[in-house]
Amino acid sequence: MFCLTIAGTLAQADVNLSDMTPTHVAYLDHAATTPMDPAAIEAMVAHMGTVGNPSSLHRSGRDARRLVEESREDIARIFGSAPSEVVFTSGGTESDNLAIKGIFWARNKEASRPRVLLSAIEHHAVMDPAHWLATHEGAELVWIPVDESGLIDLDFLATEIAANHERIALVSVMWANNEVGTIQPIEQVVELAHAHGIPVHSDAVQAAGHLPINFSSSGLDAMTITAHKLGGPVGVGALFAARNLTLVPVQHGGGQEREVRSGTLDALGITAFAAAVKAADGRREAEANRLESLRDQIIQGISSKIPSAHARGIDVTGPDRGKRLPSHAHFTFEGCEGDSLIFLLDNAGVQVSTGSACQAGVPQPSHVLLAMGVSERDARGALRFTLGNTSSQQDVDLLLDVLPGAVERATAAGLA
Amino acid sequence: MRVLAAMSGGVDSAVAAALAVEAGHEVVGVHMALSRNRNQFRSGSRGCCSIEDAGDARRAADILGIPYYVWDMSEKFEDTVIADFVSEYEAGRTPNPCVRCNEHIKFEALLDKARALGFDAVATGHYAQVFEREDSDGSVIRELHRSPNEPKDQSYVLAVMGPERLKHAIFPLGGFASKDEVRAEAERRGLSVSNKPDSYDICFVADGDTKGFLAERLGTRPGEIQDTDGNVVGTHDGAYAYTVGQRKGLALGNPAQDGKPRYVLGTNPKSNTVIVGPAELLTVNRIVGDQAVWFADDVLAAAGQTEAGSDWFDVQVQVRAHGAQVLGRARSVALSRAAEIVGAGREDIATQCTRAEGLSEDLDDRTMLEVELTGGTLRGVAAGQSLVLYSGTRVLSQATVVASDRKSTAAAVAAPVAAGLSSAS
Repeated sequence: MFCLTIAGTLAQADVNLSDMTPTHVAYLDHAATTPMDPAAIEAMVAHMGTVGNPSSLHRSGRDARRLVEESREDIARIFGSAPSEVVFTSGGTESDNLAIKGIFWARNKEASRPRVLLSAIEHHAVMDPAHWLATHEGAELVWIPVDESGLIDLDFLATEIAANHERIALVSVMWANNEVGTIQPIEQVVELAHAHGIPVHSDAVQAAGHLPINFSSSGLDAMTITAHKLGGPVGVGALFAARNLTLVPVQHGGGQEREVRSGTLDALGITAFAAAVKAADGRREAEANRLESLRDQIIQGISSKIPSAHARGIDVTGPDRGKRLPSHAHFTFEGCEGDSLIFLLDNAGVQVSTGSACQAGVPQPSHVLLAMGVSERDARGALRFTLGNTSSQQDVDLLLDVLPGAVERATAAGLA
Repeated sequence: MRVLAAMSGGVDSAVAAALAVEAGHEVVGVHMALSRNRNQFRSGSRGCCSIEDAGDARRAADILGIPYYVWDMSEKFEDTVIADFVSEYEAGRTPNPCVRCNEHIKFEALLDKARALGFDAVATGHYAQVFEREDSDGSVIRELHRSPNEPKDQSYVLAVMGPERLKHAIFPLGGFASKDEVRAEAERRGLSVSNKPDSYDICFVADGDTKGFLAERLGTRPGEIQDTDGNVVGTHDGAYAYTVGQRKGLALGNPAQDGKPRYVLGTNPKSNTVIVGPAELLTVNRIVGDQAVWFADDVLAAAGQTEAGSDWFDVQVQVRAHGAQVLGRARSVALSRAAEIVGAGREDIATQCTRAEGLSEDLDDRTMLEVELTGGTLRGVAAGQSLVLYSGTRVLSQATVVASDRKSTAAAVAAPVAAGLSSAS
């Protein structure tokens, strides 16, 4: 009993700056990037010494092409598309740019359709090409509002489409939000838009690997995924583009990938990408249950331990629980600066993110939280905790152990 | 100790951080983002604040093997340093933004945050020395001293922090006699910033165009330029753009009667007038400072400090960064006495003290600093400048100039020579 008490005392780890080398490191930023799956590493290493441009006509070229096409088939099968609907890119940002600009330009060839409808909580890789179109191509951006939990307002979308459908180039709504993990009603978005023949794009970067995704049955016209968020390497991704979707290329050159994405195909990266997709798919259901349980521990643990913490996103104790990614927990801490918390947690071996975009190391106020009605002041104390395949109970325990002390300190440091 | 090394991206702060690491401290590097819209690359002689500079700081931290973070201080910087810079010029005074940055950002916002997060001290790349000695009663006195590297000495801009904050400040470069030595130390450690050019300009004023910066913030406010007799001798686009002692940019049509060059003697923000006159009217031998910060209670005690003030004690006086030092004597005085000294109204003095918060009823309780120059004179002393008193290399006190006067040439006193205090008001 005595020993237990001592152990209990020791376990109450304080955030102590002298612990410069924490014994356990809890990586809780899988939404930023997640470790490469061993299967992906193996697939990549196995072919690293082999020469071959997939576009070459000789044997080495054919061998490289075969790797690409087998990967394309695997990825298409798992995400429910035809292989020809998979356009390989360098990642999420490129896929989003190609979708937003490519569809906008194609839709404005024969008619004037300046309106682009986007959810107010899109990633910058979607928002910024849209802003570029507004500045340079006369696009009119319409931001679909979200409620407090981050769900888009379908009534707003229906009204906007009914009123302006002839002038709408496309709709883009992310599958699941990267900060708070709210899953959007994609099928209903598609239904509303398709009633008027308006194409729909969805950024599924955060959802892929965690949720069952079927491109064909979703009805989407275009969908973005990237390898490094699901166990593949950084630098490769895909845009699913329906066979009947016309895209104007953003990047011109050798005419690879349906002539919409020129550039020598990264056979190695694509092979590793496919290996990661297969591995993630194989364990998806079991993994979703496991991560959900860890996520709930984080959300409930923080809520009960820290009075100044406000859980953001879908309430996991409510009926909409299923509309939240199993991997994402998100809080704002009243009166704290996010950068203070990140510093203190990093120092204690807990790696998290504010979730919002950074400009050279400075987190910007999250447009996602602001769209959800969070005040700018509260948004400054935001932290995102995201889980992945290597996440463990030990990670969660360490977080819940050190976070109360960190919040106390950061609260004392206040808002700069 | 747990030390936060403030890293601007320049060679000084990088070497300071390196020396803190080598002294055995637990060091974390922090770069302060002072603007929300930073330029990608540094330009001209601004040595901080661009994203490139943040990257340089990051690489230095990598090489030193210390954690590195960027803290957003832009709001605080805007609210204190930049807002003060603009409002001081608008009020006809001459601010030193580096002094304000040390006062409000580096040794207040940053230091307070660092202390709250568990650090013991903040290390910066400033050139100044801190010596500790034991007083006769056994208490430890921390003294702030000039750097042996005189041309680089920054004790002048640091003095404002006061003795309490000095307890939590480390200046690892304090003992370096030259910048070349610092660069050599950087090179020896493989720090890529070793050859980075020195910075001179005000970091938030692009191209060093202070006038343009102020015009952007304050707009055009045309007014008259007058001589000391009240004759209109020219016009201007905003009195805020003129500082005491300025000669260039006056664009006066007619030459002065005596044919001598004319200088800005002062501005009157109320009437939006710039007053010009001959150089000799810029010469002062008496200065009054407000918001005095004392580093040397021992000196003050020796001078017989009472509620009414103190007796004189000998000092060397400096009123601008890297400016000349003049021998003099100083004492603390009540505000009413300060007003009497410069022949200005009590309210006029009070107006110049607006930087102080909560100043209204207790004017007479306010202790100010009176300085009499004995070893020469100073030219172009403007309200708002930082007044620092030394004894040898030791900083005794710092205050903000509110007024100045030249008793020796009383015949010309009709002219508005008190810095920033124009008799035209």
